[in-house]
Amino acid sequence: MGTFPRHRLAAVALAATGVLLVASGCGGGDEAAGDGKITLTVDVFGQFGYEQLYQQYMDANPNIKIVERGTGGNLDEYSPKLTQWLAAGKGAGDVVAIEEGLMVEYKANPDNFVNLLDHGAADLKGNFLEWKWNQGLTADGQKLIGLGTDVGGMAMCYRTDLFEKAGLPTDREKVSELWPTWEDYVATGQKFKAANTGASFLDAATNTFNTIVLQTAGNAQGYHYYDTSDNLVVESNPAVKQAWDTTMNIINAGLSGKYGSWSEEWVSAFKQTKFATIACPAWMTGVIEGNAGPEASGKWDIARVPGNGGNWGGSHLAVPQQSKHQEEAVKLAKFLTSTEGHIGAFKAKGPLPSSPEALNDPAITEATNAYFSNAPVGKIFGEGAKTLKPVYMGPKNQAVRTEVENAVRTVELGQRNPEQAWQDAINNAKKAAAK
Amino acid sequence: MALQLDARPPATPAPRGTRPSRAGRLSRIDAKYSPYLYIAPFFVVFAIFGAWPLAYTFWVSLHDWDLLGSDPTFVGADNYTRLLVDSDFWHSVVNTLGIFVISTVPQLLAALWLANLLNRQLRMRTGWRMAVLVPNVTSTAAVAIVFGVLFGREFGMINWLLELVGVDGIEWKSNRFASWIAISTMVDWRWTGYNALIFLAAMQAIPRDLYEAAAIDGANRARQFWTITVPLLKPTIIFCVIISTIGGLQLFTEPRLFHSGTNAIRGGPMRESQTMTMYMFENAFAPYYNFGYGSAVAWLLFALIAIVAAINVLIIRRLGAGARPDTGKRKGSSR
Repeated sequence: MGTFPRHRLAAVALAATGVLLVASGCGGGDEAAGDGKITLTVDVFGQFGYEQLYQQYMDANPNIKIVERGTGGNLDEYSPKLTQWLAAGKGAGDVVAIEEGLMVEYKANPDNFVNLLDHGAADLKGNFLEWKWNQGLTADGQKLIGLGTDVGGMAMCYRTDLFEKAGLPTDREKVSELWPTWEDYVATGQKFKAANTGASFLDAATNTFNTIVLQTAGNAQGYHYYDTSDNLVVESNPAVKQAWDTTMNIINAGLSGKYGSWSEEWVSAFKQTKFATIACPAWMTGVIEGNAGPEASGKWDIARVPGNGGNWGGSHLAVPQQSKHQEEAVKLAKFLTSTEGHIGAFKAKGPLPSSPEALNDPAITEATNAYFSNAPVGKIFGEGAKTLKPVYMGPKNQAVRTEVENAVRTVELGQRNPEQAWQDAINNAKKAAAK
Repeated sequence: MALQLDARPPATPAPRGTRPSRAGRLSRIDAKYSPYLYIAPFFVVFAIFGAWPLAYTFWVSLHDWDLLGSDPTFVGADNYTRLLVDSDFWHSVVNTLGIFVISTVPQLLAALWLANLLNRQLRMRTGWRMAVLVPNVTSTAAVAIVFGVLFGREFGMINWLLELVGVDGIEWKSNRFASWIAISTMVDWRWTGYNALIFLAAMQAIPRDLYEAAAIDGANRARQFWTITVPLLKPTIIFCVIISTIGGLQLFTEPRLFHSGTNAIRGGPMRESQTMTMYMFENAFAPYYNFGYGSAVAWLLFALIAIVAAINVLIIRRLGAGARPDTGKRKGSSR
């Protein structure tokens, strides 16, 4: 009897610590591979088209193993996750993709990332369009946190079968001539609508608004929601108001299918051929192909965007400070953003290079896309990219953009009239910027 | 709370002899302290994963804390004072309470009715009882996505059916009241069976002879239900109400996944069905990354749950007391 209680005490204590160990053990697990290889994790969203490049890199560097996460994912889900990993100091990949709209926020806290200038990146400056390089650079020019991957460029994708049904031309040159300006685009839309094809002219006013505002701002002062001194100018910037008014004309003409961008309905609308045109930056071609599926192959084509040029989207690759293999990760990021990397990605999934050398390479200039009726995508997007006028994005760009686009959406859905919604946009943007 | 385990503290072994031996001392220590060790794992785990985050969240809520920034500044109650005049916050509180009421009241009534049916002599009784729990086994995300598609504006089945009978389709996702209904449907689909089984378990603990006596006195089924079953179920009902309150006010997955596409965290273009937890997420993470403000929302949510749970208990106590004063009170206080 004398020894029994002691056993019991010990057993209980053991059980208690056991639970604790199990409970606290979930944070562990270092990914040191058994075969002595270094595993580099790359975090992306959407389609970066790197698979072949990884293989090539691993063949050349047998001690490296590359794992990509997040392929095909939504940017809206990716960026909060990345932010949480950075805040927690754990969990982020060795190389992470950063979209340009969020770059400013990450640049405000550059210590989360490896300064690529410390790793000899300064020599690479000539590999990138100048503004793309500057986007990755902190305001004081001392730290480079991202190397440019792609730029958006801008075009208008359209369905030839629906255009034919509506009695409109289908040849991409002729279609481009239909809409030199956004007013002409609305007029074409009205013709399309009158033909009663059962489809809307465009997918959603929000995407179109974003396209127009980036275009008008790029052609004017070069900023939209924030001026270059980071003052919120939604209310006073004529570029924003002009884009707003153009978008209201599109909505009032009843051209929008109101399929909220990136929603399940939007994806269904692609599949069921429910709209005829969509503003498409280069990376959007991959999205269209994914959503509309193989059965729509050859039914899409690409024309010039109404108005003049423009850019939407584009990303950078960065190496978080928390990476355990910074040296190797920087090397990989350099490889993926080299001329060769840009061309490889473009061939795989269509993101447009931000490297001037790549843009002039025959692999790009002569590229066609079979899915889009063999449209010369390299020529259509590439020409715009070289002369592209970038738009400055301020500190709370993403939050402000969300507010303005939601105001557009309320008009589209008939919840607010254009005047009320414009007031909402101004007030909510101010509120968002102050948060 | 529903299952009565008549647990008593383990009896202390009677002292043996006058002079405590070493073994005796150990045995006394064992008897005195090992119960604490037995229950310690829960409390230690709770302290790590419950109490500590709670306290830390409060600490964070007193700061201007950029999620990515390195040095948060102490701002005192600033986040709270800003929150109290934030119309979007109150909008989300109304949404949360609205969805909570629309989902919980029918859900508990339906569960009670279902449990009453399942408590009768049925063929394949176990099969039926298992069947009501099936919705609870499916993943919330799957349920929310499927319902999100069902309630689609143009391609959804519900609107298709409505149009078949000549009713115009409803904007389920951008009409405030309609989106509340749609989300409540999801919640009820998932949780009614679960509550029904808890009610059923409690009903089976009610002695049969009470019903026999009532039947002899000429009470019909409805009367037996309201004067025997419901009062004796009171502790269980309180339990279910509190659990549903906590779950209902923390509703996140259903409304979040009901919306898809950009900014789904807003719960519609004009925040039609944004709940408090979604508002918390929107502020603490994308697109604001304002951790301090988000933490303040979390604490006010905690306060709201405590208040609503207290109100619930008071109402149920009052109702139970009214229905059957003496039994109800005695049973209620003894448990």
